Amino acid sequence: MTKVTLTVNGRAVSGDCDDRTLLVHFIREKLGLTGTHVGCDTTQCGACVVHLDGKSVKSCSILAVQAAGSSVTTIEGLAPQGQLHPVQAAFNEHHGLQCGFCTPGMVMTAVDLIGRSGGDLDEDKVRHGLEGNICRCTGYHNIVKAVLSANEQMHGEVRQAAE
Amino acid sequence: MGVEGIGARVARKEDKRFLTGKGRYTDDMVVPGMKFAYFVRSPHAHARITGIDASAAKAMPGVIDVLDGKQLQADGIGNLICGWMIHSKDGSPMKMGAWRPLAVDTVRYVGDAVAIVVADSAAEARDASEAVVVDYEELPVVTTSLAALEAGAPQIHPEAPGNLIFDWQIGDPAATDKAISEAAHVTEIEILNNRLSPNPMEPRATLGIYDSAEDHFTCYTTSQNPHVARLVMSAFYNVAPENKLRVIAPDVGGGFGSKIYIYPEEIVCLWASKKTSVPVKWTSDRTEAFLTDAHGRDHVSKVKMAFDKDHRIIGLKVDTIANLGAYMSLFSSAVPTYLYATLLSGQYAIPAIHANVRTVYTNTVPVDAYRGAGRPEATYLLERTMEVAARELGVSPAELRRKNFIRSFPYQTPVIMNYDAGDYEASLNAAMEAADWNGFPARRAEAERRGKKRGIGMSCYIEACGIAPSQAVGSLGAGVGLWESAEVRVNAVGTIEVLTGSHSHGQGHETTFAQLVADRLGVPIASVNIVHGDTDKVQMGMGTYGSRSGAVGMSAIVKALDKVEMKAKKIAAHLMEADESDIVIENGELKVAGTDKTLPWFQVALAAYTAHNLPAGMEPGLKESAFYDPSNFTFPAGCYIAEVEIDPETGKTDIIQFVAADDFGNIINPLIVEGQVHGGLAQGIGQALLEEVRYDEATGQILTASYMDYAMPRADDLPSFTLSHQNTPCPGNPLGIKGCGEAGAIGSPPALINAITDAIGHDRLTMPATPLKVWTALQDAPTRLAAE
Repeated sequence: MTKVTLTVNGRAVSGDCDDRTLLVHFIREKLGLTGTHVGCDTTQCGACVVHLDGKSVKSCSILAVQAAGSSVTTIEGLAPQGQLHPVQAAFNEHHGLQCGFCTPGMVMTAVDLIGRSGGDLDEDKVRHGLEGNICRCTGYHNIVKAVLSANEQMHGEVRQAAE
Repeated sequence: MGVEGIGARVARKEDKRFLTGKGRYTDDMVVPGMKFAYFVRSPHAHARITGIDASAAKAMPGVIDVLDGKQLQADGIGNLICGWMIHSKDGSPMKMGAWRPLAVDTVRYVGDAVAIVVADSAAEARDASEAVVVDYEELPVVTTSLAALEAGAPQIHPEAPGNLIFDWQIGDPAATDKAISEAAHVTEIEILNNRLSPNPMEPRATLGIYDSAEDHFTCYTTSQNPHVARLVMSAFYNVAPENKLRVIAPDVGGGFGSKIYIYPEEIVCLWASKKTSVPVKWTSDRTEAFLTDAHGRDHVSKVKMAFDKDHRIIGLKVDTIANLGAYMSLFSSAVPTYLYATLLSGQYAIPAIHANVRTVYTNTVPVDAYRGAGRPEATYLLERTMEVAARELGVSPAELRRKNFIRSFPYQTPVIMNYDAGDYEASLNAAMEAADWNGFPARRAEAERRGKKRGIGMSCYIEACGIAPSQAVGSLGAGVGLWESAEVRVNAVGTIEVLTGSHSHGQGHETTFAQLVADRLGVPIASVNIVHGDTDKVQMGMGTYGSRSGAVGMSAIVKALDKVEMKAKKIAAHLMEADESDIVIENGELKVAGTDKTLPWFQVALAAYTAHNLPAGMEPGLKESAFYDPSNFTFPAGCYIAEVEIDPETGKTDIIQFVAADDFGNIINPLIVEGQVHGGLAQGIGQALLEEVRYDEATGQILTASYMDYAMPRADDLPSFTLSHQNTPCPGNPLGIKGCGEAGAIGSPPALINAITDAIGHDRLTMPATPLKVWTALQDAPTRLAAE
């Protein structure tokens, strides 16, 4: 057992875990944050994506002990309680989710993708950028629409603020 | 329709919890004292178990117990069953081999459960499972249906000699043979329908909780039909009587058919919870899902389609062998029979049809319904045959279809189904226009100049949904009725709960069902809650599959709403001293027509519950329930067109455009219906281009048991889709709904393969059309393009 201390959604947390405990299991089982999901065993599906020090990572592919001292944002911490991040709102508006299981990982990936893009996204770039997140329900059509719409809104706002 | 009523594009009510991580799936459930299970599974595809030694495992850290099939059997837990009886054409019943929840003497596929380990943590259970020593005596293996039927093939169940489960037929063999012998042209092809794994993103999971004080079980599970799960576990598996078994299917992360069935794990975890006196949770990992979730498709067929000199179809003969895997799953027998061969008339007037279907055991995962279930297999077979026929006859594929369309309704096919309404030409025309079909030759020429090969293909599908009229399916062998139930509970302040036997695992019922109530009563959808998925809350219901929740589930809600409205009108008439027949319900008010007298909905609800001033003899309260049994199937239909471009250097297929023109009858929420089509298309395109479960034929090892090996469609594999609707209302149910859940997966594979074979110039291609297969096909034979 190792004691792991890190910051999750802005709060300092710590917990004892086996050295082999994956970050995703630490988040789900030690912290009770069950919005982060496990959909495969091979780092392919992306249902477990969280932000680690601001970058999207698959939390099934790092150990909890490796994340010690880091700052993690999960889907639960993306927006203040009762509010939706623009990407979450766009997924709702454009019906970018059905069963909801891939959704947290998809949203976290999309937030990072939009953040990294500087606003320079089109359908091809979004499809390429979401290649590591598998959705079985939506055929991605509305997810792509939602991400492009959120990108427009977020970078539009940035541009407006700059002006 | 109002902003939230029927036909409105309402964003989903349930989204917020999924978007903020507040969805509650089975694996998220935590109860005090909960322990974790891991299943010891057979590494062999076929073997005799000669001994199990769990002593070392039991001594490992955290291990509570290891239980095996002999103990389960000794406790009287029953074998898994197939719930649909099919008789062979000689009158004999299907040959069902025993499927024990934990294998006792023989294992029949890789992944067959042998023992359960219960431990303090999932990791400890998994560690200990590796210390359970099972002695196996390996037996010969067979994985394909053709090989399983060969003389001398390994015998999988003693009950089924030669591995043949049944040899069934439908239609008129003599009339069909006569049509073929008199035909001006006969198109003959072989059709392979590739085996798929459904792959909902949420892996199956179950949490069994035994309460010794009450002698009561609770089962959280990833189910599309919790009441059916309770019924089957009570009536056949002897887990507990129904009143002592509560089944809860909370948020469920997709199903696509694979979560209809009751699997060994639910049964064993409930039983293990009693044996160990702790709640037992099991969550599948993805490899386990490939090893144990029921697969879909896996048909091999021979087809003869006969035409007269005017290119009218005069007969269709089909010989199909369906691989059902190692055991008969819950509805496995219905899929390649009544959900398949009854759709072989397609959209066409075919006077004579005969289909023969043999089902066989192999040493593979059990096969059952996967999105579309039989109807994709029928559509792929027919629409590939139509395309090949058009090529052989030298006529346009559109014109050949047009010439043979059924044009007047109702239409009785020679294979049971009675189509009630449709307009196939409307969808064909809409799809061709949307795809700019006539502009294709110029696009092909342009691609050719860039060294690329373009192809275009269509598919005109029909399916039978709204499953299903109980008496009809009963007469065909179903062990259950397929009606649906609903209860509408108006609270004293006028808010409403609708309890439905349907189950939403992505379909958006919490929104669409609320829209129906909003449409009827004029109340906002925010004041309507949809309750489902808990046998303690909801009366008996049949769940969600076969695109039935709208056509059947919502029809039950309509019936219950009718009763609620009738009572509310009586109360309002009494309170406003008006005649009941003059009361109308509009915008959340009950009004006396032609006057300014009005009562808000909540006041009528309150009056029903205060009961201070009700009509003489009326019971207090405002709550009604209803059961709805459909009178017929529904028949969604449409036309799909795919245009592809192939890089001849690599064989990679790019989808340039995909057009779907559907007739779903009336639509409650276009946003959600479009989403259903998108998802179905992705799965159908996955089948056509990417997906296939493969086994090593010598050992029976599954070769595609992870996302590294099984190609799931990803965002960059797919295009955006072009959709339209040409709806003819369904005359068979009160809302005119046909259903939309499976169409995309049914109609798309043949459109894709017709397009790809158009591009490569011959028809020797099987699904999935991987780059290697397409490249190989391109090297093969002179092409029709060259001939042109």
